[in-house]
Amino acid sequence: MSESLATISYIGATILFILSLGGLSNPETSRRGNLYGMIGMTLAVLATVFGPHVTMSGIGWIVVAMVIGGAVGLYAARTVQMTQMPELVALMHSLVGLAACLVGFANYIDPAASAHLSGAEKAIHEIEIYVGILIGAVTFSGSVIAFGKLSGKIGGKPLTLPGRHWMNLTGLLVVIWFGGVFINTHTVAEGMTPLIVMTVIALLFGIHMVMAIGGADMPVVVSMLNSYSGWAAAATGFMLNNDLLIVTGALVGSSGAILSYIMCKAMNRSFVSVIAGGFGSDGGMPAPKVDGAEPVGEVVPISSADTAELLAESKSVIIVPGYGMAVAQAQHTVFEITKHLRAKGVNVRFGIHPVAGRMPGHMNVLLAEAKVPYDIVFEMDELNDDFPQTDVAMIIGANDIVNPGAQDDPNSPIAGMPVLEVWKAKTSIVMKRSMASGYAGVDNPLFYKENNRMLFGDAKKMLDEVLAVLKAA
Amino acid sequence: MALTIGVPRETLPGEKRVATVPEVVEKLVKLGFAVAVESGAGDAANCSDETYRSAGARIIEGAAELFAASDIVLKVGVPTTVEVGLLREGSTLLGFIWPAQNPELMQQLAARKVTVLAIDSLPRTLSRAQKMDALTSQAGVAGYRAVIEAANAFGRFFNGQITAAGKVPPAKVFIAGAGVAGLAAIGTAAGLGAIVRANDTRAEVADQVVSLGGEFVKVDYEEEGSGGGGYAKVMSEGFQQAQRDMYAKQAKEVDIIITTALIPGKPAPRLITAEMVKSMKPGSVIVDMAAERGGNCELTEPGQVVVKHGVTIVGYTDLASRLAKQSSTLYATNLFRLTEELCKTKDGIIDVNMDDEAIRGLTVIKNGEVTWPPPAPKPSAAPAAKPAAAAPAQKKSGGHGKSSEPASATSTAVTFGIAALIFWFIGANAPGAFLAHFTVFVLACFVGYMVVWNVTPALHTPLMSVTNAISSIIAIGALVQIAPPGEVRLDEWIRWLAVVGIVLTSINMFGGFAVTQRMLAMFRK
Repeated sequence: MSESLATISYIGATILFILSLGGLSNPETSRRGNLYGMIGMTLAVLATVFGPHVTMSGIGWIVVAMVIGGAVGLYAARTVQMTQMPELVALMHSLVGLAACLVGFANYIDPAASAHLSGAEKAIHEIEIYVGILIGAVTFSGSVIAFGKLSGKIGGKPLTLPGRHWMNLTGLLVVIWFGGVFINTHTVAEGMTPLIVMTVIALLFGIHMVMAIGGADMPVVVSMLNSYSGWAAAATGFMLNNDLLIVTGALVGSSGAILSYIMCKAMNRSFVSVIAGGFGSDGGMPAPKVDGAEPVGEVVPISSADTAELLAESKSVIIVPGYGMAVAQAQHTVFEITKHLRAKGVNVRFGIHPVAGRMPGHMNVLLAEAKVPYDIVFEMDELNDDFPQTDVAMIIGANDIVNPGAQDDPNSPIAGMPVLEVWKAKTSIVMKRSMASGYAGVDNPLFYKENNRMLFGDAKKMLDEVLAVLKAA
Repeated sequence: MALTIGVPRETLPGEKRVATVPEVVEKLVKLGFAVAVESGAGDAANCSDETYRSAGARIIEGAAELFAASDIVLKVGVPTTVEVGLLREGSTLLGFIWPAQNPELMQQLAARKVTVLAIDSLPRTLSRAQKMDALTSQAGVAGYRAVIEAANAFGRFFNGQITAAGKVPPAKVFIAGAGVAGLAAIGTAAGLGAIVRANDTRAEVADQVVSLGGEFVKVDYEEEGSGGGGYAKVMSEGFQQAQRDMYAKQAKEVDIIITTALIPGKPAPRLITAEMVKSMKPGSVIVDMAAERGGNCELTEPGQVVVKHGVTIVGYTDLASRLAKQSSTLYATNLFRLTEELCKTKDGIIDVNMDDEAIRGLTVIKNGEVTWPPPAPKPSAAPAAKPAAAAPAQKKSGGHGKSSEPASATSTAVTFGIAALIFWFIGANAPGAFLAHFTVFVLACFVGYMVVWNVTPALHTPLMSVTNAISSIIAIGALVQIAPPGEVRLDEWIRWLAVVGIVLTSINMFGGFAVTQRMLAMFRK
């Protein structure tokens, strides 16, 4: 295949990738979008393999490597639980980061890659290698830690070392200084030292950055790492003079950046404050609350039988799921209850907060897995005005996203964060294991409201009981 | 020393309500207060002295003695000159005042050196204040009663029936204004089986009308009618003409019209002309809930029931009072919630905390000093009102984000400045080949930005997994290094690095697309 033909194939792949992302604007077209992505990827890989840069002697290696990788990937995709999606996505980001590092190193060692370059071109090429490996390494180690946190292998509490901002700053300066050293070296052997030192610092930085972020901020971290993996691909594209990599990297990078922005906005926090460290840390927390801000009132528990009765007697119900539903794997029972109530003419809908769960859109995927039709699943903004006309708002394993303190209490750490106004419903039922506060460490005045009832216990077990009562009636 | 809350008998003619009921007396006692009730205060609302006494209140004969014994006075109606004279210096009065309409009363109260909390001055947009909102609770009762009055004056069933004696068509009810009273009227009339239509200048209440069983009648004219604070505003001439046409049409068709249209600080808008009344069927009924402010109907006589052109026009101004037990109970609860806010320590002592936005708004006189009108609400109250207005626009755009607010001029200028600087730096230093790639890169960022904003939030997880799969395009970097044409390879390292790179990216490539496919297959209608 000639150089031009390969380039044209790349353009085709680029278009298919853009169409792929465009398809996701709506669930109807999304499946076709994914198909476009697959075709684009196949086209790009085939054009490369049969293109001018790969000789026949390499085909064997490629086939073996791709069969191994493909088998592992397909196996993982088949077996993953929908509740584990955030972990899987984080793990996959780490692979992209690692691959970017490896490609960067291989390219640096390869004398052919920079043989024809000189002067400014060589310097730029070396900067590209340096930056590519840097982003790749941060993505890799950061994603591994994010995976650990999301899968519960590492605790969710933010790790806040003393002087962590200074440590990060020092790291950055060292990286820049070694960058200067790296560009001024003349042989591969000489350049290896600064390159490896930088890689180690970048790996440590990635670990430290994600360790310092609390569990509730994970949606931002996951989408940020998504963005980084894109930028890593783009940097690799610059290094290899490959426009397809640049475009694809830029697409992925901006997609992740937008998601991070949406998540930050949904929490009313700035991107910097999320990255600088999570809730529950020492810095950035407001002064201890004044006495008047303590919630007043009584917490009224309710039994599962009474919950079932309330639900059966209502005309309109809004279910607000949170991470607790994912942990308890309660989504199937939730849908059974929904089906039962809808059959009786109760208008059951779902209200999804943008940061519910541990990654953007997490709740939607879980509900989809339980076969909840997507036309009764609504975004916060679509639904928030309907709470006053709602008989029962059922909150399953969510806390901060339904905290009225975000609107009423200017001293609250989550003040100004948009929340689902469940307390405006005639009755709200909160399903929770205990009175513990959410990830933000904020007490929730909702629990003390007069029209609120608490259903204590494991969400799955409680909902099973509710369903049993509903079916018996 | 716990304070004494005093509840006098209402003295305005026709006022049957009472400011607290025995159930609430118990709660007030629990808060630490002593409660005194004037003998006979609750008689018209079916609350006897005996029930008050058993709830823990002291019964006092005569208004003068009661006022003398009270530190806090709870009232319903606007206080009369006599009552103002009885107020003890330094005491606190809770009740309806309408400071804007009653400047003289304000002067008299201030002269008595008392503290006055006007329940009608509550900042209603505060969600925390809803439990104290007596205007809402009383309007709800009035809306219900308006339908009952209409049914009383109307000679037919509300619900359609097919009986052995023949078929009865359902009554058609038109309700002008879907505020609290209007919505209560819609619910009540629909509950009785009537066909209910309603109209409001605020288009956003249409859903509420429908949810209560009514049908929303639109005015054939585009204009937004929200005037802030949950009230409507005065509309343009073109709109009013279209509205009159609509009312004229409805008047010919319906059996009952209930009007609730009020604009703050202005006389009630004239919606129903004499012509329209004439065009109604004989035996029809109009209940004019705006009678106190002049009426929405030209022929209304405030406080009276009149029959004109064969149409009964009910102009009662005391609809809430005509359901005294219910309205008193709700009002008493509103005042109790307010007392609770004033007495957070639960020791029977009140603290009029002027830093609290709700209490600041309510307090019209503090220790003899007029504090009305309150300063403009803090900006924190603004977001509460904003989403309601912004919501329709956002829905049209099909999602979030598209209607991003324009950034301020300075921050835009700074952004552009920095971008220009970076571009200049790159342009001055980079060779041509790099710039070609850089162009592609920048354009791709923009394409990505545009495309991704269109993605529906429900598909954010699939978006992440598909972008993740796509980013395994980095495999190309590894592929071209495995066996490049030309020279003999010196370094086996490169090949191994590339092989590992291909393995890793293929995991991503196959796994990412497969898991996305699996997820998307689950999304169904």
